[in-house]
Amino acid sequence: MFDLHGYGPSLLEGALLTLQVALISLALAVALGLLGALAKLSESRLARAAAALYTTIIRGVPELVMMLLIFFGGQMLVNHLAGWFGYQDYIDVNPFTAGVITIGFIYGAYMTETFRGAILAVPPGQLEAGYAFAMTRTQVFRRILLPQMMRHALPGLGNNWLVLLKTTALVSVIGLDDMVRKASLAAGATQRPFTFHLTVALGFLAFTTVSVLLLRWAEQRYSIGVRQD
Amino acid sequence: MDFSIIAQNFNLYLQGLQTTVQLVVAALLIGLTLAIPLALMANSRNWLLRGPVFCFSYFFRGTPLLVQMFIIYYGAGQFEFIRNSIWWPILQEAYWCALIAFALNTAAYTTEILRGAIKATAIGEIEAAKACGMSKPLMIRRIILPSAFRRALPAYSNEVIFMLQGSSLASVITLVDITGAARIINARYYSPYEAFITAALLYMALTLLIIFFFKRLEQRWFAHLRPRERQ
Repeated sequence: MFDLHGYGPSLLEGALLTLQVALISLALAVALGLLGALAKLSESRLARAAAALYTTIIRGVPELVMMLLIFFGGQMLVNHLAGWFGYQDYIDVNPFTAGVITIGFIYGAYMTETFRGAILAVPPGQLEAGYAFAMTRTQVFRRILLPQMMRHALPGLGNNWLVLLKTTALVSVIGLDDMVRKASLAAGATQRPFTFHLTVALGFLAFTTVSVLLLRWAEQRYSIGVRQD
Repeated sequence: MDFSIIAQNFNLYLQGLQTTVQLVVAALLIGLTLAIPLALMANSRNWLLRGPVFCFSYFFRGTPLLVQMFIIYYGAGQFEFIRNSIWWPILQEAYWCALIAFALNTAAYTTEILRGAIKATAIGEIEAAKACGMSKPLMIRRIILPSAFRRALPAYSNEVIFMLQGSSLASVITLVDITGAARIINARYYSPYEAFITAALLYMALTLLIIFFFKRLEQRWFAHLRPRERQ
């Protein structure tokens, strides 16, 4: 049944693209999540309101709708803006950019919640001690807060990553040649849809399994300083 | 932006809303019905009962819903014996395939939620039920499930919201749900903002409705945990 009719390399190419989209989106999501968490815990009311609006909107709107809005709408917006600045050529927002921005933006909101909880789990005395040593805010963030919050953030971060990985399948809808779309193309050409879609499903399962193992290892590493019963 | 396009075509959105609500409600009902026995099996000591449930939930939680839908909708036709069976008229229809995929997907997640909730049942409650001479089915019905449902409620409300949002994938296999309506409008008028923002607002309204409903339910089910009011 697993005769791939010579489409194996094509699927592998797609798998690499899936991983690429997932990893770049993850980087964007973590950056947005850290910013969002700091905004939610900030003293400025404006920052808190902006972060609350961000997470509420994202949680209420399906990923696919958001992706289509950014893909089609972003295209228009970019060209309008370029027109204002006197640029006349047509700018193409490619599916890769639209996909990465959408997924990063959506999971940034989930990361915000994860990081907010993790930051709150670090004892405030730790930060105060940092300030007492005359560290700057960035130094306290980098040297004291980040290493300690990571341990609390990892389980949530890991869950978000697993969901994010599966969400990348949506980029096939806006025409990016990821694993899912490669399988659709191969299925159309060979009349073997079950074989190819199942192969992709198994590919995702493999990614998930490897991720779970890596996460378990990372969690142990970050908990080295903590006593475990 | 010109929202008069939306006003003119609002019927299409209403039709989409109906499809979305139908699909989600049916999928959730089927999913929950499947999840109860599966969760009980997952907590069993017998490996033969636990194993298959583990594989089922591992597969459906580890792969994208989109791919699951493709396997059912496009994949079923690959096999001669399915095409010749009485199920073929159903498996040919995008609507039923989407419903099957959604129901199995939410069943897997709900199983996992219920499994955790059942596992967390206080051992004393079970001992008390046994001491009262309850049979196993009676104990499950009167003691284990009611308290497990209560514990599972907050997580389940999240699952309901995820199912609502996941249902937007139905538009990929040509169904006209809310997202499908928006895609038609966008293709017809090339007006992505109006089309998709309207869809987004409809989904947000549904999400808020779900949150409100579960808040009410939680108030009722967790009434015994609220601080007692002074007379």
